[in-house]
Amino acid sequence: MPAWLRHHKGVVPYLFLLPGGLWLIAFFVVPLLTTASVALQEGSLASGYRLTFNFGIFPEAVARWDTQLLRSLQYGLIVTVLAMLIGYPMAYTIAFRGGKYKNILLLLVILPFFTSFIIRTISWKFILADQGFVLGTLKDLGIVDTGFRLLATPIAVISGITYNFLPFVVLPLYVALERIDPRLIEAATDLYASRFQAFLRVTLPLSISGVFAASLLSFIPAVGDYLNAELLGSRNETMIGNVIQQLFLVNRDYPEAAALSLILMVGILVSIFFYIRLLRGQELTV
Amino acid sequence: MANAVPLPDRSPPLAGRMRSAVLPAFTGLVVAYLTLPILVMILFGFNDIQGRFNFAWQGFTLEHWGNVFTRFPALNQALINSLTVAVVSTIVATTLGTMIGLALTRYEFRGRGALNLLIFLPIATPEIVLGASLLALFVSVAAPLGMPTIIIAHTMFNISFVVVTVRARIAGFDRHLEEAAMDLGADEWTTFRKVTFPLIFPGILAAALLAFALSIDDFVITQFTAGAQTLTFPLWVYGASRIGVPPQVNVMGTIIFLVALVGIVLWVYLQRRDMTARPTTLEE
Repeated sequence: MPAWLRHHKGVVPYLFLLPGGLWLIAFFVVPLLTTASVALQEGSLASGYRLTFNFGIFPEAVARWDTQLLRSLQYGLIVTVLAMLIGYPMAYTIAFRGGKYKNILLLLVILPFFTSFIIRTISWKFILADQGFVLGTLKDLGIVDTGFRLLATPIAVISGITYNFLPFVVLPLYVALERIDPRLIEAATDLYASRFQAFLRVTLPLSISGVFAASLLSFIPAVGDYLNAELLGSRNETMIGNVIQQLFLVNRDYPEAAALSLILMVGILVSIFFYIRLLRGQELTV
Repeated sequence: MANAVPLPDRSPPLAGRMRSAVLPAFTGLVVAYLTLPILVMILFGFNDIQGRFNFAWQGFTLEHWGNVFTRFPALNQALINSLTVAVVSTIVATTLGTMIGLALTRYEFRGRGALNLLIFLPIATPEIVLGASLLALFVSVAAPLGMPTIIIAHTMFNISFVVVTVRARIAGFDRHLEEAAMDLGADEWTTFRKVTFPLIFPGILAAALLAFALSIDDFVITQFTAGAQTLTFPLWVYGASRIGVPPQVNVMGTIIFLVALVGIVLWVYLQRRDMTARPTTLEE
């Protein structure tokens, strides 16, 4: 360590922080500010843009894309609840009943991550295809109607998103449940709590940190997702992500796309804020 | 809920046994749900397709395994681009993120709250917002889109994940070991090299693996920052999916899957051996 540094020890942490911190400021904070400024500009790609502080773009964008905004929120909530209903019993089983299979079960949970997101989603398209090996076989056997389809329905999109983010739900739930001492649950049942009561008043409150992390890790990517809606859905399942992607990359309507990105981000931050308050209240009442 | 609490069980034995089978059976079904698309991917790499669509099973062939790296030169280039981006962004993000992790766990300084927020926010922001904002920045400064912009973007989202992973490892480490080294006359650099770094190395390696995996699989942010000329593996597959994904993509996906699987099994095995070996080295 050079002599001048020895005399200014307070500088050392900042030297460690500087490169990474600057990277995050330059490529996360500055882009968000740029997005805000782009949203407030008017003009076109051909004639150029001018900053006119056009705050009216926000209510306009919300009014124009209200269906997609609401649908994204709705799908995000459904996916989070579904993933929790599937993921919680699974994490519970691995944590308390996994025994020597614990590690293998955890490996199976993260197995989808070993293939890419896009290939997984295309695989679902194979599986759900009208004449694919599931529906095709069922149709040949006369079990389902020939006109029946799963692709291009909300069911396909929601199950695709749920599938893609399920591991994000199981892992934090497992971590939270694994830490619980099984003797606490035993004590509750010894004191004549039914198993359901023991679960509701002991296990669930003790795993609430995992529930919190898991629901955010599924809700945030689910609301912003557009790949599942694009590959598995039709025009009737378009989400806000599809609109932003279309406006930015195809139509090149930068101000409106930027405004929608900010609306999405603020909407998610506000939801997180209320969710934290809700869970805090929950903890106090239990 | 039926986790082996034998004493107060007042239900008849058969019902109890059936109830205790519900959770494992359910877990088995979820595992099947999680692995089904992977099995489909592997299986359809062997499909002897006629024409363009790889949706229905038409017979077994090894043809696509034979020409996986020769059939589509652009796909090879896309895979090379993906690997390049993943390697470079992993190295840069792991270095910068580890430095932040070290500063956060061992120094007192002003602005800690703001820094924590700066690290948490990119994780809590949907990918599409990260990608769209970067595109807005690159467009407004007229930066040409391509490999450099993809690498900048991947490094950005990886830094936060590295900090979180490395910090968890440093938090559980005994500072007395460093003090002991200094007391025995080691200077700060030697202490770092011989004591601190080896102790936090597993955390750094885990962070690097996570960063690599996130980067090589990223689709959303890459689509926004790649521009029209540069394709990564996920972008190539996405482009192909509009006209029908060729089975060579399934084969390549299978190869990536097997490499990752062998890698993780090896990593778990080495860690376990490391853990069982450690007490004996201490006794020596």
